[in-house]
Amino acid sequence: MSYEPPLEKYTVSIREVAWGPAAKLKKIGGENTLPFHYFEGALPNPAGLAMEILDVRPESWSPIVLEPFEDVVSDPVRWARKCIDVYGAEALCLRLVSTDPMGMNKSAGEAAEMAKKVADAAGVPLIVWGTEAEEKDAEVLVEVAKACSGGNLLLGPVVKGNYPDVSKAALEHGHAIVAQASMDANLTKELNIALCKSFPPDRIVVDPTSSALGYGFEYTYSIIERIKQFGLFDKDKMMLMPILADVAADCWRAKEAKESKEQGILWEAITGISFLLAGANLLVVRHPESYRLIREMIMEC
Amino acid sequence: MALKGADILKSLPKTNCKECGFPTCFAFAMKIATGGAKLDQCPHINPESKAELEALLAPPMKLVTIGTGDKAMVIGEEEVLFRHEKSFFRETAIAILLSDDEEPGVIDEKLRKIQGFHFERIGQKLNVNLVAVSHDSQDKGKYTSLVKKAMEFTDMPLLLVSCETEALLEAAALCARRRPLVYPITKENVGAALPKLKELKLPVGVWAKSLEELAGVTAQLQAEGIEEMVLDPGSKNMLEAVRDQTLIRRSALKKGFRPLGYPTMAFPCFMYSDKFKEALAAAACIAKYAGIVVLNQVDERFLLPVLVQRFNIYTDPRRPMTVEEKAYEILNPDENSPILISTNYALDYFIVSGAIEEAGIPAYLAIKNTDGLGVLAAWTSGKFNGEAIAEFIKKFGIENKVKHRKLIIPGVARKLKGELEEELPGWEIILGPQEASEIPKFLAEKWSV
Ligand code: SF4
Repeated sequence: MSYEPPLEKYTVSIREVAWGPAAKLKKIGGENTLPFHYFEGALPNPAGLAMEILDVRPESWSPIVLEPFEDVVSDPVRWARKCIDVYGAEALCLRLVSTDPMGMNKSAGEAAEMAKKVADAAGVPLIVWGTEAEEKDAEVLVEVAKACSGGNLLLGPVVKGNYPDVSKAALEHGHAIVAQASMDANLTKELNIALCKSFPPDRIVVDPTSSALGYGFEYTYSIIERIKQFGLFDKDKMMLMPILADVAADCWRAKEAKESKEQGILWEAITGISFLLAGANLLVVRHPESYRLIREMIMEC
Repeated sequence: MALKGADILKSLPKTNCKECGFPTCFAFAMKIATGGAKLDQCPHINPESKAELEALLAPPMKLVTIGTGDKAMVIGEEEVLFRHEKSFFRETAIAILLSDDEEPGVIDEKLRKIQGFHFERIGQKLNVNLVAVSHDSQDKGKYTSLVKKAMEFTDMPLLLVSCETEALLEAAALCARRRPLVYPITKENVGAALPKLKELKLPVGVWAKSLEELAGVTAQLQAEGIEEMVLDPGSKNMLEAVRDQTLIRRSALKKGFRPLGYPTMAFPCFMYSDKFKEALAAAACIAKYAGIVVLNQVDERFLLPVLVQRFNIYTDPRRPMTVEEKAYEILNPDENSPILISTNYALDYFIVSGAIEEAGIPAYLAIKNTDGLGVLAAWTSGKFNGEAIAEFIKKFGIENKVKHRKLIIPGVARKLKGELEEELPGWEIILGPQEASEIPKFLAEKWSV
């Protein structure tokens, strides 16, 4: 029986985004094929994995996922170091929860100071994330961009309502950004087009907004697949940005994840690995075990 | 790979006699190509061309049935590579592995769990589907008795696994009436196994170390009249599984390559000894096309996430998922508990009910049927406006459940507030937060009777 495996070649590549301090520069994207299709294309950069930290002590975390960080949660700098030194994190995602206008409502200046401290102490690629309150995020992220000038952070979420200010500051101070548009490939594209009028396309990661297993998982899964395919199959230049799937908070909010440690870890790890299979290039996860498992699964082969 | 009307026309008599009910042979051919007519409608087509065409028109991936009765598992006939192109149709069967090398106590415990498994999640039953009985001891007698035990203890379909062909076929004969899947048939044993396989007419699991070899074995079996097969490309880890499963599905659907046009199977249980990695590989194989995934564990903390992932992957993206219209009681609410209202778009329901649980405040979640439309779309189309909601509140007697008269509506539906104030006199209509994630805080701070 003669059999020719039906390999497929695409003529474009996902853009490569490089972020982080020079010594630990992390590249994501750059592939000219579907996720994990090493048999028919080139995937120069394995998916990036960032471990989540907060700038305040988490209020509502399940004890299961608080336990590994119990000794450091009151100090973002020590928290960052523990992720790196003990849990082997190659990248971090710092959430500036303290700036939430509905919560502590700390000033942009204070938050930026903390981001700078963490960035300096961590020395690894760092995502700095707002609270998804569009106006406040614009203030906060602009201050962070300035305070960490030249630090090559990944700043987000940048949305339709605040992109001009944040992207301008990011460009001036040498940072990349995460462009977020909720669950709609067309909105992702629109935002990219708007951004690219004044911002380099290879400094943008897109976030179609994530969800957890059992709570909207299938929507995120398919939107990631579709964005990737608009880029690779249809050669749409505005859809060739690497994709972020930030699964940490959604997964640990699920009641099933809080029922047992094993189930919680798998809730997050299965969500994460599924989104990588769909086409995500960068994941944010919370538990050190799901972090390790995902990394080992994707690195071994 | 769909057949075109023009290709079909070549095999028709081209006399345009109209007996098929179509004005021309060409019109008939076009209708066949889109599935709107049957070849039988043309009495003049010659039998040879008809057989040829039927083979070409058959679905590119065969349907395989394992087991009998209610619990029979049907896999195959998938139509797409990506769920957003249409849908994935037949859920991956999850098989639990029993080995005749395991201690009897372990086997009993596994069997008890397998038979007792029953997860229910938001009205959906989530189950494991097959019992894989594996021959790892040197003792044929031991294997036979394990097969018997599995038959007695469960009514689930069986997957027989033995590299001793003789023992495999004997076990197959033993439980033939349960229609087990017989595995592995390979390049090496296919000759010896064929007579018995033809006699038993059971579905066959084919293993080979390459896709080319796999195609050779299935072609040989097919030539002997074996129709139902499940393919195991022998993937040794997650990445190999993604590769092999993708190439098989593509060969079948894009190239119309019949020798690989069958559902597939994967063995995460042999890929990883770590239970977590086994579960992750299972999820990867479910997302990437496996028709059967074999696992070595019965621990529900590991199975539940896999089963939920399977359910999500196989949800039909063309139909918005909906939940039943009713007043859901979350955390045992009483007459002083808040009432929140939302649409029956499943995602809205999951997120809002999850947020209420997170808040830890008992509440009624009134879910109005909006045919799966979200809040704003449903409001625009009149399915979630003041009038419709007022009617729903009355119909379900929601006012009898509580002493207060306060209704919390989704924060995005600002205009709804005024409408409801008009339609539900005596009720206080409270605009909830814009984001469901703010519900816990909202309830904690704002709710009082
Ligand atoms: S019955 Fe057959 S021969 Fe007659 S018009 Fe139809 S297809 Fe053509």
